[in-house]
Amino acid sequence: MLKARRKTGLVFFPAFDWAIDPTHPEREERLLYTQDQAMEEGLFDIEGLIEFKSQLVQEADVRRTHFCVPDVATVMTESHFISAGSAKRIGIAVMEKEVENGFALVRPPGHHARRVVHGARGFCNVNIEAMMIEYLRTAYGVRKVAVVDTDCHHGDGTQDIYWHDPDTLFISMHQDGRTLYPGTGFPEEMGGPNAAGTTLNIPLPPRTSEEGFLYIIENVVMPVLAEFKPDIIVNSAGQDNHYTDPLTDMNFSAQGYARLTELLRPDIAVLEGGYSIEGALPYVNIGIILAMAGLDYGMIKEPGYDPDKIRQTEQVTRQVERIGETVLNIWEKRHELTGKRQAGKMFEERKNRIYYDTDGIYETQQETIRICSDCAGALRIDSASDRGARILAVHIPLHACEKCRQTGVQWYDEAETQNYLKVFLQNRPDDAYLIK
Amino acid sequence: MIIGLDVGGTHTDVVLLDKDGLLREIKVLTDELDLFHTVLSGIEQISKGIKPKAIERIVLSTTLTTNLIVQGINPDFGMIVLSGPGINPEFFRTHEHYYVVGGALDHRGREVVPVDFAGLKKVVKKLKKADIRHVGVVGKFSARNPIHEQQVRDALRKSFQKVFLGHWISGSLNFPRRIATTFLNASVYPIHKKFFEAVQKTLEKHGLQVPIHILKADGGTMNFESSINYPGQTILSGPAASVMGAIPFSGEQEETLVLDIGGTTTDMAVILNKVPVLEGVGIEISGFKTLIRALKTSSVGLGGDSVVKIVNGRIVIGPERRGRAMAFGGPAPTPTDALCVLKIMPEGDAARAADGMTMLAEKLGRSVVETAQAVYEHFCAEVVRNARALVDDINSKPLYTVYEYWEGHQVKPDKILVLGGPAVFFADQIEKVSGIKTAAVPKCAIANALGAAFARTTCEVSLFADTQRGIMTAPEENFFERIGSSFTRDDAQKKTLELLTRKARKCGATSDDLEMDILENQQFNMVRGFSAAGRNIRIKAQVRPGLISGYQVIADKLSKEIVIMNGARQEC
Repeated sequence: MLKARRKTGLVFFPAFDWAIDPTHPEREERLLYTQDQAMEEGLFDIEGLIEFKSQLVQEADVRRTHFCVPDVATVMTESHFISAGSAKRIGIAVMEKEVENGFALVRPPGHHARRVVHGARGFCNVNIEAMMIEYLRTAYGVRKVAVVDTDCHHGDGTQDIYWHDPDTLFISMHQDGRTLYPGTGFPEEMGGPNAAGTTLNIPLPPRTSEEGFLYIIENVVMPVLAEFKPDIIVNSAGQDNHYTDPLTDMNFSAQGYARLTELLRPDIAVLEGGYSIEGALPYVNIGIILAMAGLDYGMIKEPGYDPDKIRQTEQVTRQVERIGETVLNIWEKRHELTGKRQAGKMFEERKNRIYYDTDGIYETQQETIRICSDCAGALRIDSASDRGARILAVHIPLHACEKCRQTGVQWYDEAETQNYLKVFLQNRPDDAYLIK
Repeated sequence: MIIGLDVGGTHTDVVLLDKDGLLREIKVLTDELDLFHTVLSGIEQISKGIKPKAIERIVLSTTLTTNLIVQGINPDFGMIVLSGPGINPEFFRTHEHYYVVGGALDHRGREVVPVDFAGLKKVVKKLKKADIRHVGVVGKFSARNPIHEQQVRDALRKSFQKVFLGHWISGSLNFPRRIATTFLNASVYPIHKKFFEAVQKTLEKHGLQVPIHILKADGGTMNFESSINYPGQTILSGPAASVMGAIPFSGEQEETLVLDIGGTTTDMAVILNKVPVLEGVGIEISGFKTLIRALKTSSVGLGGDSVVKIVNGRIVIGPERRGRAMAFGGPAPTPTDALCVLKIMPEGDAARAADGMTMLAEKLGRSVVETAQAVYEHFCAEVVRNARALVDDINSKPLYTVYEYWEGHQVKPDKILVLGGPAVFFADQIEKVSGIKTAAVPKCAIANALGAAFARTTCEVSLFADTQRGIMTAPEENFFERIGSSFTRDDAQKKTLELLTRKARKCGATSDDLEMDILENQQFNMVRGFSAAGRNIRIKAQVRPGLISGYQVIADKLSKEIVIMNGARQEC
């Protein structure tokens, strides 16, 4: 009888009755063949592999992470409550030691959803990993979290949410933004002035293969993780780096993904993208699950898999090594960089222009962060969309110092409501959310 | 007239019914070593003096296959599996003569790698050398396309007497379970066949020419002819018989918890609106996870004869059993002894029962009656706790659609039916602990045999259509047809019900009892390159487990009898 070496939890929610629209890549059929493969392999019968039912998230879980415009109910569909609830359930299972690690094999995905949400972008409305992480922080006192995003697209939403947070290490490896949506994710995007170097972007050249991905994991991600010492490691496990993915241009494989998972050993993995629904997903998902459970994945191979055919060129190898070096350099100099960025400033401002490709919305943000060396810093976002919705969002970080707390409260109190549709205060230390 | 027979561990219960009600009920001792004799003497005794022509239907629930599997299999046949890429098939090895041969299909049943006939030839040689005559052949995704299994069978035909194919068993996907189930079918096949052939022949000699129906784990029956290739389906029919026996007394709008309290165990099941809840995938027995359809039951080692101990000052009941209760000459105190001391149960040697309770009372530092009361309450509390766990388990089943999550029904029992030997004495306390209305099933000591007698023929069909490939198939039924691009979900449903009707008839169903349900009804638009390429349709339908038409008259009569008896004393 097949028995997992590591007790692994699984929430499978394929949302067989939900799609963005009938021919959209994010559609009902997406996890159908993964389900077929998982069932035929008898995956759910493996001893020590435990399937959980999703627990729907509450609006409070959403508000802990997001500012939804105009409100939570408008930007979320039923499906999002379940998919986010699945990630949360896995998080709970790991914290409660029901399992050693777990995988939320769910849709819809979330890593393009930023802190302020006016609608859907990159097929995402709300960030299901961030909501899970913030829940675990509040419910279990988890502090240091590493998010390793291995989706082919830059995890710009997660990056935005943790841009100023020195307790969250966000590492995204993805296809170079000059060749793929959302067009961001360059090494110089390294976090805000209070958290320089805890955002690390590793853009990889098109046609990077097993060699390149595993090189980055072994030589960049693992050493950085070893130094950061997170309480938990979360993997945003997109599967669109696969050589058959229709939306991207990379050469990764099921064997590669399984090996990556084995090396990374995430506590929690959450499915993100991946749209080669027949040629890749059935095999990649099985490979990841077996690797998490510590089981032999050596025979998990896509039909027609030939490592020689997808091998990366010498040139790609050199580019990968170079980018690795650049990123490691940023990591090593992070304290120095933070000092420089903070020197002589009380506040720093940032302007963001955000396009919601799925819903066709333009948003402009004026962001203000209080420079602080004691906490992540009070944050104020003045956000307006081309749909005419202007809001002011104030965030007081979970471990805020007294000064940042006061600043946050003051920003909220002083905001003049006639200028805004709504003014929000996300008070993380009190786990409170105010609207005026 | 109908004969229902249920072989139990100690007794075999037999009932004879006609349209006016229960005519006869008898018990014969079960001889595990000679079940053939047990079954025959049961039938002979109950039909004594009855004209053979008057008997229209015989339903047998035996422990034959269950015992074979529980006692350990000594397989003298071969297994050949075609695995392709995926989990290493060595993990699913069944025994020595298990061979993996090249060949692979994908999730839509398309050939990825053809069968390795050269490799197969070598395997055949080895099997022949080992003097093997039966072979099981199982391919991954054969429930989507049986072509590889059939090709292998054709190649094996000349070399072996009987070849079992994996796709016969079920339309459900699960390769390891398909292997295990085929293995079990092949294991029990020779004895099952010999046993029922002998029963049939002997009955024919007595002038009983009626077809024999055999009870399955899903609470339905099949005739002997259709059981030949799937004898594994008769495993664990005993618990199913009891649940079926409770159905007449559960209501149309009720969620009923059934507790079959025996000497050694309490078996639990749930009935929703008169339909028993089925196991999600299939039965598990002796470490084998199978694709055998079964009622969802759970068994816990709490019975009237379970040994009661005091551990660290607390009462612990079961799972151990050392014979009967002390009140009936047994060696150790049991819940039955508590019943006797509390005078809830009039039978038994009260002095001996009190001796048993005294042993416990000394350790607890309480009086004998207090101790008996505590044992009684603890037993009922434990039964209710385990029953709640079963309900939680049913409610925690993962769901795969938004609709189910938002509209999803949560089971919340509003009635408990108890049956089995001592059940009636526990009913009041179980009602008190659970807060749920509790009643004993009328004639609850023979409810199992009644359940077998009343059970209708059941079966299941899965149909898979793929308009992009232009095919529809139900491999279990050996059905394959080409379809056009305009083939719809409605067409698929119609076809499935047609196949189901045909199958049910073949298994022995009468037209009055073809109550059919669509269990799964999914259609996916397949999109390739941003435009629709076809539809992927999956339909699963069943003849719902239930009772044959006409049972209600008999059940109502039984209920009335019990009302009359209640005036005097409820008898079980």
